[in-house]
Amino acid sequence: MTDRRTADPTPERGAPATPSTDGAPVAEPARGRTTLLRGGGIRHVRWTVWAQRYGALAALVVLFVYNAIDTPFFLTPQSLLFVLLRQAAPIAIVAVGMAIVIGTAGIDLSVGSVMAIAGQVGATLVLHDQPFLLAMVAALLVAAVCGLFNGTLVARFGVQPIIATLILFIAGRGIAQLITGGALQPLANPEFQWIGLARPFGVPAQVFIAVLVAVVAWLVMRLTVFGRYVLAVGGNEAASRLAGVPAARVKLLAYVISAALAGLVGLIAVSANSASDANNVGLGMELDAIAAVAVAGTPLTGGKVNVWGAVVGAVLLKLLQNTLISHGITKEVAQIIEGAVIIGALWLQRHEA
Amino acid sequence: MTTTVEVPGGTSRGRRVRAGLLLQRQGALFALVLLLAFGAARYGSNFATGYNLSSFTGDTAKYGLVALGMTFVIMTGGIDLSVGSVAALGGVVAIKVSEHGLLPGLLAGVAAGAAVGALNGVLITRLKLQPFIVTLATLLAVRGLALNLAGARASVAAPGGFQKLGNWSLLGLPVAAEAMFLAFLLGAAALHFTPWGRQVLAIGGNVDAARLMGLPVARTTFSVYLLSGALAGCAGVFLGSQNGSVDTAAGLGWELTAIAAVVVGGTLLTGGVGSVLSTLVGVLLLQLIFNLIVFENGEGSITISSYWESVIRGAFLLVVVLLQVRLVRRRNATGRTT
Repeated sequence: MTDRRTADPTPERGAPATPSTDGAPVAEPARGRTTLLRGGGIRHVRWTVWAQRYGALAALVVLFVYNAIDTPFFLTPQSLLFVLLRQAAPIAIVAVGMAIVIGTAGIDLSVGSVMAIAGQVGATLVLHDQPFLLAMVAALLVAAVCGLFNGTLVARFGVQPIIATLILFIAGRGIAQLITGGALQPLANPEFQWIGLARPFGVPAQVFIAVLVAVVAWLVMRLTVFGRYVLAVGGNEAASRLAGVPAARVKLLAYVISAALAGLVGLIAVSANSASDANNVGLGMELDAIAAVAVAGTPLTGGKVNVWGAVVGAVLLKLLQNTLISHGITKEVAQIIEGAVIIGALWLQRHEA
Repeated sequence: MTTTVEVPGGTSRGRRVRAGLLLQRQGALFALVLLLAFGAARYGSNFATGYNLSSFTGDTAKYGLVALGMTFVIMTGGIDLSVGSVAALGGVVAIKVSEHGLLPGLLAGVAAGAAVGALNGVLITRLKLQPFIVTLATLLAVRGLALNLAGARASVAAPGGFQKLGNWSLLGLPVAAEAMFLAFLLGAAALHFTPWGRQVLAIGGNVDAARLMGLPVARTTFSVYLLSGALAGCAGVFLGSQNGSVDTAAGLGWELTAIAAVVVGGTLLTGGVGSVLSTLVGVLLLQLIFNLIVFENGEGSITISSYWESVIRGAFLLVVVLLQVRLVRRRNATGRTT
């Protein structure tokens, strides 16, 4: 793929055996304009390191404050919960799965197609008078099978992740369309659509789900063996294998998680739209999710998973877009600025090395 | 044709590897010939008409030009995701400028693409950013730029010179198709007979070694992105002139079609290995599947939904990828035993 780890002088040799899940402000002994002991070498922590780690969050805070002052009705629950967070939640959920896959030095291009498949399966089952719970579980299982397919290609056959997931990216949407011959399926099933329309305690259900997913993923990455294994495999797969890490199984599971989360978001999208539209559900989602992960400063070369960074990245990009649009800047120009922001984030990230 | 794969010979295993390598290199060509024969046998004279040939190649030309640029980028171990957006930009710019004439429009479209390619190249070589994410960012930004230029509407070309370019035929083939074939021939020649071509492969094979040998790594890497951008812009010009317009969804997903064609052609994504003409075969093959589906539906005996097209393409990619994996593994195993 694009991996040039040999070429760029990242401080891999000095790094600890298990790189830190950054974004969690505990593991680092010191930060700011001080020195930091890392693997025996003393090095200056430049502002760029700070910017790389917290830049996305800082940018989010700045944008938030700016909007609070400048945009009328921004600080209302309606605007915050039902516009900003409700729009960001699906991207955040997919981005969390993407962050884990990227942590293993992989990528998952198939998330949008998996969303479409899961949505179609769920909607079709509900429309055929199956219980809503069965429909959801079946949809998630189908999504997980898609992840199994991706993971098998990557982990067992050693296919490059971008190509392995490209297969399902291309074929998956066709499969989703074939389920109904491309026709839109309108549906009205309050129980099924709970995840897209309900508002427990006045908060949209998908925001709850996104927070739940992020908390669970964060805990899994920090506390479980799997979480450590992901970082080890992404940091140096050969070394991790020699150290007895079941690298193939770890990668397989990462793709299954990513696909299952994409399936969940597919169900949310179908519920929120009150229709399953295989032609459009999840279009471009892979790019949004990758951008959310990248803008938070997570290197695409693997070895790092920043769950909250992915969430912050998703909210940041959405808020940036909404801010620009609410100031009369067209969606197209907003897209140009979004691209520039991603490049800027990358540039900061490069300076860490 | 394909380069820098050394073939351990002698043993029976070596022979099997050689047969396998032949399949990897020329498998797409075999499949293409088989499918063409199948089409000719099943649909008879309708399939083999000049009309089908010219509309098929004319339509394929756009994807071919994009895939050609992608081939060189992938040979250096990089990737260019921005080509679809660049094609849209090239088309929009060409239509705008074509009010002043056909040639300025054509040149402006290509130049716009080359400018984006140059931006990609600078970001990747000077700032040393990852190609995947740089071109992802330009994918977003350039589509925004193209839509903004077009006023978020489809750009429609004035009838006349510019549209003639798309419908123009020379010796029975559309000019677009001839441009594609010519570009591929030039590309193959450049890869095999110029220092630049050898540098591209050397960089993809081992960038550190290439740098230590004193090769102009940054300049060559820059040039492949420039070329990819220019070719994508050119593809956009043909798109605009064939359709007479460039709509807001133009070029969406082209990058993945191009990558698939490159992979089907047998170029490894790890860089350092590849064949230009095999990419041409890959493009023709993937497009032919679509063409055959159209004919099958025309027969009327069974109806294949066009949604099958993407499923079949995906399945095809799967088969090719699995074949490649087997071959690479067997080659490695042989390398160890001999």
